[in-house]
Amino acid sequence: MKILNLARQAILAPAGIQDGDIEKIMNRLLSSSVDAADIYFQSSHSESWVMEGGIIKEGSHSIEQGAGVRAVSGEKTGFAYSDRIELPVLLEAANNVKAIVRQGQEARVRLVYAANEVQYYPIANPLKSLPEQQKIDLLRKVDSETRKLDARIEEVIVSLSGVHETILVANQDGSLAADIRPLVRMNVTVIVEENGRREQASMGGGGRSDYNYFIDQDQALNYGKEAVRQALVNLEAEDAPAGNMTVVLGAGWPGILLHEAIGHGLEGDFNRKGTSAFSGRVGERVASDLCTVVDDGTLPGRRGSLSIDDEGTPTENTVLIEKGILKGYMQDKLNARLMGVKSTGNGRRESYASLPMPRMTNTYMLPGTHNPEEIIRSVKKGLYAKNFAGGQVDITSGKFVFSASEAYLIENGQITRAVKGATLIGNGPDVLTKVSMVGTDLQLDSGVGSCGKEGQSVPVGVGQPTLKIDGITVGGTSV
Amino acid sequence: MQNQEEVKRLKNSVQQLLDEAKEQGASAAEAGLSQENGLSVSARLGEVETIEHHCGQGLGITVYFGQRKGSASTTDLSPESIKETVTAACSIARYTSEDVYAGLPEKELLATEFPDLDLNHPWSISADEAIILAVECEDAARNFHADISNSEGATVNTHQGIHVMGNSLGFLQGYISTRHSLSCSVLAQRGDSMQRDYWYSVARNANNLEAASAIGRKAAERALRRLEGRSLSTRQCPVLYSAEIASGLLSSFISAISGGNLYRKASFLLDAIETQVFPDFVHIYEQPHLKGALGSSAYDSEGVATKNRDIVSEGILRSYVLGTYSARKLGLRSTGNAGGVRNLTIDSGDLDFQGMLKKLDTGLLVTELMGQGVNILTGDYSRGAAGFWVENGVIQYPVEEITIAGNLKDMLKNIVAVGNDIDYRGSTRTGSILVEQMSIAGE
Repeated sequence: MKILNLARQAILAPAGIQDGDIEKIMNRLLSSSVDAADIYFQSSHSESWVMEGGIIKEGSHSIEQGAGVRAVSGEKTGFAYSDRIELPVLLEAANNVKAIVRQGQEARVRLVYAANEVQYYPIANPLKSLPEQQKIDLLRKVDSETRKLDARIEEVIVSLSGVHETILVANQDGSLAADIRPLVRMNVTVIVEENGRREQASMGGGGRSDYNYFIDQDQALNYGKEAVRQALVNLEAEDAPAGNMTVVLGAGWPGILLHEAIGHGLEGDFNRKGTSAFSGRVGERVASDLCTVVDDGTLPGRRGSLSIDDEGTPTENTVLIEKGILKGYMQDKLNARLMGVKSTGNGRRESYASLPMPRMTNTYMLPGTHNPEEIIRSVKKGLYAKNFAGGQVDITSGKFVFSASEAYLIENGQITRAVKGATLIGNGPDVLTKVSMVGTDLQLDSGVGSCGKEGQSVPVGVGQPTLKIDGITVGGTSV
Repeated sequence: MQNQEEVKRLKNSVQQLLDEAKEQGASAAEAGLSQENGLSVSARLGEVETIEHHCGQGLGITVYFGQRKGSASTTDLSPESIKETVTAACSIARYTSEDVYAGLPEKELLATEFPDLDLNHPWSISADEAIILAVECEDAARNFHADISNSEGATVNTHQGIHVMGNSLGFLQGYISTRHSLSCSVLAQRGDSMQRDYWYSVARNANNLEAASAIGRKAAERALRRLEGRSLSTRQCPVLYSAEIASGLLSSFISAISGGNLYRKASFLLDAIETQVFPDFVHIYEQPHLKGALGSSAYDSEGVATKNRDIVSEGILRSYVLGTYSARKLGLRSTGNAGGVRNLTIDSGDLDFQGMLKKLDTGLLVTELMGQGVNILTGDYSRGAAGFWVENGVIQYPVEEITIAGNLKDMLKNIVAVGNDIDYRGSTRTGSILVEQMSIAGE
């Protein structure tokens, strides 16, 4: 009840909204032809600080708050939102929303309270976790320590941001659930120059925690070191190869492969509509038997984790692929109901102003049995892609891309030269069937991922052990 | 309904924000307020799927205490929250550093003329009418061919916004604008091959939208023509960017000559001013005052007057793209581009799309790009692509699961022709663009 009470205080009390008012709005939304309805309240306070050119250049603070109301009948959804959390406004929103469903018998709801069974992150307010001066000192320390690392460093940009978000969601069954979600992120970008050649690299991380996350174990300084290391590697990089070849993907962030190649294609909405290359394929082989992939919203403190999703459903560790066989999809309530299954706690929305959809949380592959060095040694000629930038997928054709930002040639089992970043392109439904070795070294990313779908951005995580793909197209220039 | 009275009311609120900032000790301030209303209706498989009512608002303020700066924003416009927001911005300015380049624009650069740019055309369409229109659009796609197997639906979207901004130099302006769109996305299937594609139309005035049935048919045609695509062998060849994706090439160029990337020395076009960046037939310019256009505005996001101006003429880079801060960092003046370029236009040659295919002769027509593999610092370019293989000016077969790569510096220099098949749907106006040679990676 503690979180629920805090959420009431944060969102409802300032607006003078009582539980009885929520019942009124819900009653306005409901009728016998409504299959589902919800009211979503959100209050989000965030800040960001940027250090550039050796000075604290920018700071900003932002408050986003409002409520969204939704009614669903069959496959039809009515939705309205407002930045004003006021009873008359929300009642009018409910009227607008209800126009989508046929009128039926009136329904009455009484709120019951759903206590979160488990919390995967602390009830923290990152913005208040350090005095302002210490946030500034942290930025300055990372900036000055990073600049000392190499004479070739020309510019260092350090950013720090934090979000303190509170949500409260009421469902048509009367359940009222709440969550308090801290999120912090730090990023270091460096530009290096040598003999007129310039390169840049970024490294960052964070999670559902407060700013002490960056101070513990000098996490923040490590981002600077890693950014410099990658930028210096890129100074030496030659043209990347072009064509289909064996590729070894590093552990951790390269797990973006899973997010793009299979993750989106396994979201419930696309599969309910039959628009995904994976539609109707549960039980079929979609990967080699070395591959087991899960989407897990329950990992403590991770960027993609949630105690409950944005529909109030507790998150789960959902097995997507087990030993190469497709096991199931990620679901929100609407698509789960229409497909006759249970929500997997993947109903997420960017904010009160957008509709929820099935979205990923932390998507990763379980470790295998091969030593990472052994995997590299097994490749006669190929590419070792250690770090990546973004990716994208066409869920219907199954074609996906992801762009390497740090890569090396493998020649006769040895990592030889660094090559420039290049985009890799493959086909989601068959790329994992070409996975021939999976490392023991499962790593999750450092906490930087954001995923976009239909214009909505949500924080996510990815991860994987080192793995070997026996053929994927590498988009270099060296033909 | 939103009207001039409402603009006046918001102007008063912005003035109050600026006064509050002064009250709290700021030496200068800039504030903006916006209000948006909209309706979005989508239909799928002949039935309404979602009706979304949009109603949003927000304000943002930046304060200066001498050369120190702080910003804050909120969607909660209650008097207490507004005051708190100003306080938050002022409090941040206590911790940011003195920055000699920080501050409001030079007063003489601020816009003083505010012509009616014909941006406000409310569309009084009801949700029921929008459903009928969306269904008509989707029907046209679904009935186009037996191979159109499924649909992601059609969406009607109408939106009106009021944007007001002011600063402590006495600038206080606002305008109302509308934006309407109709889009459709369908799937085609033949054997194991399944493809999806879409088409859309967007305009300030709903009368200028393409007919619903035409949008549906185009979406269907585009999905069908992609069926049974294959990869290509790895090779080098000329590449024709279709008009609807060619604007991406120009935005990479604009990014490379934008102030932020220049003063950070994070651009492949450092010190390129007055040098040859494109072949000599290329002329690229901004037309910010076009009546009714999607990118039109009399002033930029800092209140600086926007102007018709050349960015490239005879292939030579004539001007950077600067806001106040980046201009000062570079020792230059703002070009009125805080918030981006407006109605960027590249002059077309005489060739239509068929003519451009002939000019391509044998090579790759690219109609879709995937991923963000563009490095503005080095110019290195590597992106996923789909399109068509062309021989002797005639499309042979669809192509997918390939990448195209090169370096932007070379790609811009090696533009062979710009078609007159102009896509007017965005804030960038370009026809198809033919690049002499790129690396293709495939099977």
